Amino acid sequence: MASNPMYQFNVYRIGPEIKLGSVDISFTNASLFMVISSLAILIIFNLGAKKKTLIPDKLQLLSELSYTFVAKMINDTAGSKAKPYFSFIFSLFMFVLFCNMFGMIPYAFTVTSHIIVTFVLAAFIFIGVTIIGFMKHGLGYLKLFVPSGVPIVLLPLIVIIEIISYLSRPISLSVRLFANMMAGHTMMKVFGGFVISLGIVGGWLPLSFSVALTGLEILVAFLQAYVFAILTCIYLNDALNLHH
Amino acid sequence: MLKKIIILVFITCFACFNIVFAAESGGMPQLNPEFWISQIFWLIITFGILFIVLTKVILPKISDNLETRKSQILENIETADEQKKESQKKIDEYEKIILDSKIKAKNYFNEAREKILEDINKKRNALEKDLDEEISSVENELSEFRNKSGEKINKIAAETSAELIKELIGEEVNSSSIAAIVDEQAKLNKERKDVV
Repeated sequence: MASNPMYQFNVYRIGPEIKLGSVDISFTNASLFMVISSLAILIIFNLGAKKKTLIPDKLQLLSELSYTFVAKMINDTAGSKAKPYFSFIFSLFMFVLFCNMFGMIPYAFTVTSHIIVTFVLAAFIFIGVTIIGFMKHGLGYLKLFVPSGVPIVLLPLIVIIEIISYLSRPISLSVRLFANMMAGHTMMKVFGGFVISLGIVGGWLPLSFSVALTGLEILVAFLQAYVFAILTCIYLNDALNLHH
Repeated sequence: MLKKIIILVFITCFACFNIVFAAESGGMPQLNPEFWISQIFWLIITFGILFIVLTKVILPKISDNLETRKSQILENIETADEQKKESQKKIDEYEKIILDSKIKAKNYFNEAREKILEDINKKRNALEKDLDEEISSVENELSEFRNKSGEKINKIAAETSAELIKELIGEEVNSSSIAAIVDEQAKLNKERKDVV
């Protein structure tokens, strides 16, 4: 069972079964890693924000660099209007990043490799952005589906395509993250399995692949968190500054 | 981009509606809905707490830190500029003082030199005056002496010639005649000298 590359994605109950009415909300290994990631973020950034020295120490530098990094990302993609949403995008980026990174620890569970988690995040972003858009522009937000400078003959088709692409945003956003994480971890598991099955004679090649994949997966873990956050910024930009 | 999204939509729809049950049994634990509600529940709780704590507590602190650092650095730069200006002022003052004192020293030196020169001149003048007086007195004496010497010589010459004559002839000659002769000779001598 353990040699199955998908086994690592199994969710199982930790502790007693908790039921809210007829709904099972037991504490699972996924919940455990969500809690660990959140706590790690809170501890690191709290320590980084505690001291107020002119010359920052390492933790302070880390927290301040991430702050300015996210602030710059938001400012570059969504402009200064997106400032009120800074803390949400910051938490989102950090949460996804830490979940991805904790998943890289052997025997750890990757929260973001589950479609339901990424889909809930993406759906929340989608609904939030849509509400913001309608609140800012009223029904004028529907102009988003009518690009300017398109021949009238093509307009019905373009509008349909735009609507589909808008509605598919939460799916593409969630599937991108989930598929990347799942594929990477599965690959690593498969190559790890090859190392075991080929033994000391032929196991070196998959082992070196596994080492390279680990580096790649750490890059992907960061990159996917970044992409998730920056796409949120872009969607937010559409809602805040109607360009069409 | 659009193509990609459409393809993704198709794939996910396909995944959602057809594969769910097949894949679940085939070993994709992600599509097993057993713990979906639990995952959503804990995601909302953990992410909610994370979001609230970050928003209310941690991020304001970090932005405060950044702001204070920025303002502090700006302040420091300002004070540094001010101090630089002040030090430039001080340097200017110092150079002015040095220049002034140099000019003063020069003046003192010049004054002292002039004083000394004056003194020297005074002393020299006094000395020269003294010397002149002495020289003139000596000259006077000399000229007096010279004037007198002619008569004396004549006298001596008359006396000696009288004695000589006495020795030679053994007879006394009238001294006045001898004096007359000597005078005449002296006059002749003088005339000769003058002619020469």
